[in-house]
Amino acid sequence: MDTLDVSRWQFGITTVYHFIFVPLTIGLAPLIAGMQTAWVLTGNPAWYRLTRFFGKLFLINFALGVATGIVQEFQFGMNWSEYSRFVGDVFGAPLAMEGLAAFFFESTFLGLWIFGWTRLPRLVHLACIWVVAIAVNLSAFFIIAANSWMQHPVGARVNPDTGRAELTSIVALFTNNTAIAAFSHAVFGAFLTAGAFVAAVCAWWMVRSHQDEKARTMFRPAAMMGAVVVLVSAVGLAVTGDVQGKLMFEQQPMKMASAESLCHTETDPAFSVLTVGTHNNCDGVIHLIEVPYVLPILAKGEFEGVRLEGVEDLQQQYVEKFGPGDYRPNLFVTYWAFRAMIGLLAVPALFALTVLWLTRGGRIPRSRWFSRFALVTLPTPFLANSAGWVFTEMGRQPWVVVPNPTGDPMIRLTVADGVSGHPVGMVVLSLVTFTVIYGALAVVWFWLIRRYTIEGPQEHDSEPAPPLPPGGDDVAPLSFAY
Amino acid sequence: MALPDIWFVVMAGLFVGFFVLEGFDFGVGMLMSFFGRAGGAESERHRRAALNTIGPVWDGNEVWLITAGGAMFAAFPDWYATMFSGLYLPLLLILVTMILRVVAIEWRGKVDDPQWRRWADLGIAAGSWVPAVLWGVAFAALVRGLPVDAEKQLRPGFSDLVNVYTLLGGLTTAGLFLLHGSVFVALKTDGAVRDDALRFANRLAIPVTVVLATFGLWTQLSYGKTWTWVVLIVAGLCHFAAMTRVWRRTGEGWAFASTCVVVGALVVLIFGAMYPYLMRSTIDPAYSLTIANAASSQYTLTIMSWAAVVFAPMVLIYQGWTYWVFRQRISADRIPDPVGLARRR
Repeated sequence: MDTLDVSRWQFGITTVYHFIFVPLTIGLAPLIAGMQTAWVLTGNPAWYRLTRFFGKLFLINFALGVATGIVQEFQFGMNWSEYSRFVGDVFGAPLAMEGLAAFFFESTFLGLWIFGWTRLPRLVHLACIWVVAIAVNLSAFFIIAANSWMQHPVGARVNPDTGRAELTSIVALFTNNTAIAAFSHAVFGAFLTAGAFVAAVCAWWMVRSHQDEKARTMFRPAAMMGAVVVLVSAVGLAVTGDVQGKLMFEQQPMKMASAESLCHTETDPAFSVLTVGTHNNCDGVIHLIEVPYVLPILAKGEFEGVRLEGVEDLQQQYVEKFGPGDYRPNLFVTYWAFRAMIGLLAVPALFALTVLWLTRGGRIPRSRWFSRFALVTLPTPFLANSAGWVFTEMGRQPWVVVPNPTGDPMIRLTVADGVSGHPVGMVVLSLVTFTVIYGALAVVWFWLIRRYTIEGPQEHDSEPAPPLPPGGDDVAPLSFAY
Repeated sequence: MALPDIWFVVMAGLFVGFFVLEGFDFGVGMLMSFFGRAGGAESERHRRAALNTIGPVWDGNEVWLITAGGAMFAAFPDWYATMFSGLYLPLLLILVTMILRVVAIEWRGKVDDPQWRRWADLGIAAGSWVPAVLWGVAFAALVRGLPVDAEKQLRPGFSDLVNVYTLLGGLTTAGLFLLHGSVFVALKTDGAVRDDALRFANRLAIPVTVVLATFGLWTQLSYGKTWTWVVLIVAGLCHFAAMTRVWRRTGEGWAFASTCVVVGALVVLIFGAMYPYLMRSTIDPAYSLTIANAASSQYTLTIMSWAAVVFAPMVLIYQGWTYWVFRQRISADRIPDPVGLARRR
């Protein structure tokens, strides 16, 4: 292990941790805003209790999302200082704007929402959670635009005097085709995560309380709402994933060739479903099960006559273009992460259909297998999100800024050239520290989420907060206190 | 004034925001256990009363740091890269303890169990004490100069980071934040907690004055410009104004406004002492990172200026509004009973 490997592991571990909690935040904020809107509009206390119940789970999750996010803001400078010098002029802008235009909004208005239940007029309080819901999605756009620039740099040139990438068009950066596709894909992924979370938790509760009135008034509508969100998001994921795939075939051919373990350039290659072998970058890869036509459609939207370049041929091209080096990602990881991401989508989609079928016409399901199915569904969107990001990020190796085939060829940087020159022991120290602390906090997070889910909506949440006269609560107990 | 200079001022402004707002957050976090101890039988309610003075706002206050980091990356990439890779271990400590503080504040009330709350209080204390000291150490080291080499790399030795001046800097920020925090709690609470806060502020007054005056004068005499004398004098007058109010145990509003100015003036003094360097090299002044040689391109700075002009006033307005919404004083008897779940079922 050298500094490069340790730094890569550290960034990978901290980012994957961060992105366990982030999609739930991004997706759940609008769903909670929707629940609270339903309560404000209809006055139905069931939606109030759901808002409070999921609001608590949201806050438990939000804390860890914030905590793991702080590190990301500084890790570029700490471990990837050479990268930061090269791209700072371009990459820093969306990061700073994310802080100014999104983080401030979400943190401030979340504080208002948490503490403002009896302090703010009802509509103002509702507006607060909507601001949070919009801001968390806006922050996702900024950071994904920054990431997409690394995958497909646009709107920049290298200044020969300084040897740095310099921004030439912020509009190009924010309308980067990769950014738009990746953002919509990630947001649909987040909505699927939150939809599946709501649907699974409420389905489990519906079975558990099927004799109770609240199964019918509260958990059934919420489970159905979650299921609909899942199905819409699944369709959205398929469409945006297809768009993203076509972009990648064009702009990052090496990544897609690795996703298919396609070693040699072929015309109309078949889509590979199962591959065995060492996957050691094309030494002994055997495709066992293949489906024809699928890959050409995925790549170009045509049935035949599609020529796709293989890993080995691309490697040769890159050596000619960029000099000697190994330009191949890890085939095993890219191949299986891609399949895991797509395959794991089946579970929540199937579950959502089951929910809608079992609750049709006012029915309340009571079968045990259904509540077990709900529990099995819970982790799958999280795993799919992680797999997708692992594929995206490890598929661009060895680059940290991937050369754009139609852009300034000087804008490129390998991860080896981007890392800070630290002694390995220092980076190991931070790697171990973050891994241990994040690990411990994730255990507590899981325990808290589980505990609060099993406890269900609380007694003291049963009555809607009374509307208060202005300033009339100056002596009353606070509606919420840490 | 050229754009890089303007962005140096913006960076100073962001750190003023961070130090003024997080300053009392850190102060409250550092003092929380003292409020508990002073509360006697009502210990838990007193702790919570203190913590809830920053309840709705601490997260938004912390974003000032995140945004300062992002702005530094965008406006002075070389500064961002050199500073954070060079001050690796202090930053690691700051990040780890700030992680603990975030989750400890949010999760503290989720479980109704004394042991659980002890762990949370430990996290809040660590996440308040460590950054309060280390930010002072880090900025004092920046003012003093660090061994930046010809490749803009920084590998500081132990004595570059830990010496009398930087330790005094750490002591100054921690002391000032303690005072700032206790005045803030006095302003935001009623009854016994307010009395305790005023007592803490009284006890802190003399030691903080001594430390602050020593650090301020040292910085001014060794690294100051002529105009920073004004800043130092303003800080001194406001500190005196705050102290007189604390002695009289009344007028916390003015006392707090004064400590805000003192904290802000300290940051201005530090940035003024640094100017025109971002990181002065102790190896060879020619290796220093300056505002001119570390700044981003004109285009990026222009775009960022527009973003700042549009969003910064909005941030100030709605954060100000938040403080207005939660302007009521909190007393220990207004803290609701714990609603956390039992530790075990």
